[in-house]
Amino acid sequence: MSQSYQPERLVAQGLCVERGGRRIVDGVDFDLSAGEALVVLGRNGAGKSTLLRALAGHLRLSAGTVRFSAGDASAPLTEKAHYIGHADGLKAALTALENLEFWATMLGSAAKAPGALSPQAALKKIGLARIGDFPVGYLSAGQKRRVALARLLVTHRPLWILDEPATALDVVAQEQFAQTMAEHRANGGFIVAATHAPLGLVDAQELRLGVRPASGAKPTSSAVETSMGDWA
Amino acid sequence: MTSALIALFWRELRIANRIGGGGAMGVVFFLILVSMTPFAIGPDLNLLARIGPAILWIAALLATLLGLDRLFQADAEDGSLDLFIMSPAPLELVVLVKCAAHWCLTALPLVAAAPLLGLTLALDPPALAGVAASLLAGTPALTLLGAIGAALTAGLRRGGLLMAVLILPLTVPVLIFGVSSAAAASGGTVPFHTPFLILCALSLMTIAGAPFAAAAALRSREA
Repeated sequence: MSQSYQPERLVAQGLCVERGGRRIVDGVDFDLSAGEALVVLGRNGAGKSTLLRALAGHLRLSAGTVRFSAGDASAPLTEKAHYIGHADGLKAALTALENLEFWATMLGSAAKAPGALSPQAALKKIGLARIGDFPVGYLSAGQKRRVALARLLVTHRPLWILDEPATALDVVAQEQFAQTMAEHRANGGFIVAATHAPLGLVDAQELRLGVRPASGAKPTSSAVETSMGDWA
Repeated sequence: MTSALIALFWRELRIANRIGGGGAMGVVFFLILVSMTPFAIGPDLNLLARIGPAILWIAALLATLLGLDRLFQADAEDGSLDLFIMSPAPLELVVLVKCAAHWCLTALPLVAAAPLLGLTLALDPPALAGVAASLLAGTPALTLLGAIGAALTAGLRRGGLLMAVLILPLTVPVLIFGVSSAAAASGGTVPFHTPFLILCALSLMTIAGAPFAAAAALRSREA
């Protein structure tokens, strides 16, 4: 698959995020090459969502930089990334297809990006082709989440920022989504995901947040290369 | 980017159409407010005709602000706002398009209804035309000023009243020149176009400035 924009590395250095005067994320570094995934781990309140929201451009970094090392370095990361957060970003009054069509136009660039599926094809891929004409308000939580995940497919963006993407998904849908993520990585995409449950990301780097030494010392957040661990 | 903004405009209209309420409810609110006034003031036709434009303007002001608190709040709650920020389309233009859709849905019906309701307040035909024209020229300023308040209170659960408290004082110039141009239409010492042109200028100023203020408020939202 050929894409117009294909960065080679995603490098973050010394990321710090403050909320309400408290430093939630302190000194996070990571370095991903094309096709690599980063799984962000940590207990509740460790700063996973905060880090991901900061990467997506919703929170300001108080220190540090994150950027693609190759390609168009000046383009803001926000326009090169997909963000799946706790909220699905769907309008209950609109049908699944209308929601997807809207986001395809809203998030897509002027030129139709190669590698992007049409909204119908994306719905078919996630197995919801039959309910495309249903208002999203009538769908179950898992179906809504799948429609939200289909948004990843309707416009091509190299970085996927996923905050608990598998919430409410059934086992089959989780497997399908693992397959979708694998395809994205095979095409040279990046994935940064926060999760409590295994996502099926093979050979992912791990970033553990909120691991603080007992006294005084600098809190550490280490990116460790692992093979197929419990979380991979 | 243009196609994204057009898609956004139609999405707003479509959602309002599906959910219902929106525009029609504003007009009903307007109708009730205006038709209550003669009961409060009494059936003095001369008095009603004199204060009629002011009543219509105050009612329009309140009816416009009525639905505005949800302008960004609904998008903030369901995560759409996060995605707007990630769109290639500048957030300022997203704000402007959302305001344009909201204006078409709420203010335009008010402009259409105002002459009819003016009849119940014993306004003469030039005053009816004056009220409609001044509302048409002045309501964009109300919507856009309201958008600043809506953006500031987007993250608050019950921000509606706070928004009104923040924004109503800022609408005073619009109210003054709106009422004076409506009054000037039915005679008086001031020619109609003098206050009317200032009213148009106020609307143009807010169209140029308010999207930046609202977008800045939305970006700095801590959520």
